[in-house]
Amino acid sequence: MFESLSDRFESVLGKLKGKGKLSEADVDEALREIRLALLEADVNFTVVKNFCARVRDRAVGEEVSKALNPGQQMVKIVNDELTATLGGETIRITYNAKPPTVVLMAGLQGSGKTTNSAKLARWFKSQGRHPLLVGADLQRPAAVEQLRTLGRQIEVPVFSEDSDPVQVAKNALTEARKTGRDIVIVDTAGRLAIDAELMDEVRWISEAVDPDYTFLVIDAMTGQDAVNTAEAFHATLELDGVILTKLDGDARGGAALSVKEVVGRPIAFTSTGEKLRDFDLFHPDRLAGRILGMGDMLTLIEKAEEVYEKDQAEEAATRLLEGQFTLEDFLDQMQQLKKMGPLSGVLGMMPGIPKEVKNAQIDDREIARVEAIIRSMTPAERVDPDLIDQSRRVRIANGSGTEPARVGELVKQFKEMSKMMKRMGGAGTKRLTKSRRKAAKGKSKGPGGRTSGGGRVAPKGKAPLRLPDFEADLGGGRPGGGLRLPGLPGGPDGDPFGLG
Amino acid sequence: MTVILIIVAAVVLLGVIVGFGFIAPRNRRGSIEPPSKRRAPVDDRVAPAEEVARAALVEAEVAADLETRVPADEVVAEPVEIEKVVAPEMVEEVAERPRFRDRLGKARAALSGAMGSIAGRSKIDAETWDELEEALILADVGVASTQELLDHLRARVKADGLSNGEELLGALKAEMADRLSGFDRELKMSSEPGPTVWLFVGVNGVGKTTTIGKLGVREVREGRTVLMAAGDTFRAAAAEQLGMWAERAGAELVRGSEGGDPSAVIFDGVDAANARNIDLVLADTAGRLHNKVNLMEELSKVRRVADKGAGTVTEVLLVIDATTGQNGLVQAKQFTDAVELTGVVLTKLDGSAKGGIVIAIHDQLGIPVKLVGLGEGADDLVPFDAAEFVEALFA
Repeated sequence: MFESLSDRFESVLGKLKGKGKLSEADVDEALREIRLALLEADVNFTVVKNFCARVRDRAVGEEVSKALNPGQQMVKIVNDELTATLGGETIRITYNAKPPTVVLMAGLQGSGKTTNSAKLARWFKSQGRHPLLVGADLQRPAAVEQLRTLGRQIEVPVFSEDSDPVQVAKNALTEARKTGRDIVIVDTAGRLAIDAELMDEVRWISEAVDPDYTFLVIDAMTGQDAVNTAEAFHATLELDGVILTKLDGDARGGAALSVKEVVGRPIAFTSTGEKLRDFDLFHPDRLAGRILGMGDMLTLIEKAEEVYEKDQAEEAATRLLEGQFTLEDFLDQMQQLKKMGPLSGVLGMMPGIPKEVKNAQIDDREIARVEAIIRSMTPAERVDPDLIDQSRRVRIANGSGTEPARVGELVKQFKEMSKMMKRMGGAGTKRLTKSRRKAAKGKSKGPGGRTSGGGRVAPKGKAPLRLPDFEADLGGGRPGGGLRLPGLPGGPDGDPFGLG
Repeated sequence: MTVILIIVAAVVLLGVIVGFGFIAPRNRRGSIEPPSKRRAPVDDRVAPAEEVARAALVEAEVAADLETRVPADEVVAEPVEIEKVVAPEMVEEVAERPRFRDRLGKARAALSGAMGSIAGRSKIDAETWDELEEALILADVGVASTQELLDHLRARVKADGLSNGEELLGALKAEMADRLSGFDRELKMSSEPGPTVWLFVGVNGVGKTTTIGKLGVREVREGRTVLMAAGDTFRAAAAEQLGMWAERAGAELVRGSEGGDPSAVIFDGVDAANARNIDLVLADTAGRLHNKVNLMEELSKVRRVADKGAGTVTEVLLVIDATTGQNGLVQAKQFTDAVELTGVVLTKLDGSAKGGIVIAIHDQLGIPVKLVGLGEGADDLVPFDAAEFVEALFA
């Protein structure tokens, strides 16, 4: 999503990084490019102006000139300001002591209210709640029907009736109390912020149900108008947050920055795909890192925690570094990786990945092809790929529907990788093994254990998990894909993960 | 600690997969081996070979995508019900077509025009240029197009000796209207025998189904017989939504099963239209983000298949929402690569958004805006008018 914005930032700030001294002209030059990048990303004109002014104030002030490395300092300032603009902390949902907790969804036509009502319901359900969906969009043909279909898919009841939207919302509360649902999500009709009549209607709905949370649903592709819309809805409804949708497109998501800045309410949730599970809490602090090309390790780690079998992964990683990793292990790991969602998503969260790799279309069904090749090997071949000669190669190719050359390629790449990992593990292995033992010992004590289900609010009790020092990595996108492992701690001395 | 090891493993896998050269090239079609040579991999998502049954009609493309919304094996003969829709009951009066300005008056009045202050300036200084730039960017015209327009304008100011804000604004409007004009915006009917097909594409939530509904009402009113093909088999209740419009318009409706193959639905729609001597098929498609390779390929297939039967596709219209920002240009590029757009429908222009992105689309891709959506009523779809659009941009 924010990749192209991050590319721009990376190149602008990369130029500054090496500088021992920053003149005012340097700062202005960088700011001009930042301004352009932000405007092209649809950040609101006024927001950009203010943002640049703030960065400039700090950058030409004492802060930078006194710093040891002014370039780095500039990166830090931009990062700080970006994080501040994006809205600091992740929203914490609290529940009404007297259920139900009511959530009102509002927005323009086509922003995705109905779909995201269902996604939100699914999210609440995963938090152990019992949501009720309310179809108060009586305007768009078949909107309620759409909600009912979605409700069936996630097994959440849907309430609606053929009266008027205010009445529907009111009756829904009675229904929720009667049936013991503790969350009520009211889907309303799409409306233009300037349509006074419809804005009155949504205000009446809001007054009738007195929502605990009012979310504005905004499309990530929205341009400069996002601000007008957000302001108008905020004036009518007092928003609590924004749900940003269609983030899986390639829009640069400038609306996200603008809205927070203008109405002072955070992005609460983001929707990142068409499937109902592609929806989660938004972590503004992490996004700034992504925009600056620093990756989003925290989210990656959380995702990994959700899907990986801890012991198994530990085992595999050790074998990997000790050079005993087999194709069988590889296959196992691939199964786990698949659960983390599309590869491009995973890749996007990793720091320091060169952009040629990031921007390439990674096709997830290639995983299936690799899988097919490995599955067509005998167990012996999987342990010792050296066994594979020409005739075996042909057999494997036939079995997997690929070509012998591809099989050869995979084996060769795999061997190179093993060698490299072994070399990398070489010096570090002892330490890693030690820390692994330590970790194993500490396991019974609890922290860092696996969590199940999505949507944890914030990583707690994860003291040893510091974000790596990405600044050192910034702009140093290592060229070429190949078998290099971008973003990974370089040599045995590098210990940015706090393993030591 | 463990998590780090996990990540290491993940990175390794990525390294291998990426290094393996398994990065699909942008145009994946070229890299795919002909279906005949392919064998079904172990993966059971891959379509069975029997699929060939329908291949004559619906190009059988083996789509083993993890991501494609339609498992390819569902392509095989699926029930397509053809609904007879009850006789048209024209409730609405045939009102006079609303014009841009009447419609936009309401919207624009609420916004204080930056342009008013520019027009009032007695001289052209740096501040005037800044304000002009701001206004254009705020209208989503985009930085590049704005710079280009302003550069032209600077030259004009020198050459023509423009001296005050009003003249400046007049020159800018004329320049923009000039750029936007000179295109044929007529929606074309086919001269071949058989039904004409207009295909509607776009990202999610821009108003494709609604646009088809309104256009159906208009075309029926003009005396054409219309059939709507509910090619959006993905979004829940999309076919129902189109069905309600068909009923309002007095058009026929062809729909498939939810999750079915959109190409098949549209092909059957054209077929049915041909059998019943219907003039025009309005084909809906599911909203899709233009960066989803598989979905865009599905769309190319829809486009090809729509032309295969008795009908002729004469219009492929990209529906774009006026609130869309700079991403609109990328959308137009990707969609035209996939299906060769013949025009743009700009919807939701009755809000506060100005839809300036269509200028870039027009300038850089040469795709004209043909229709504009100005509200929720059946009459609120009007032909594009460059002069009025520019006027509204600056209101």
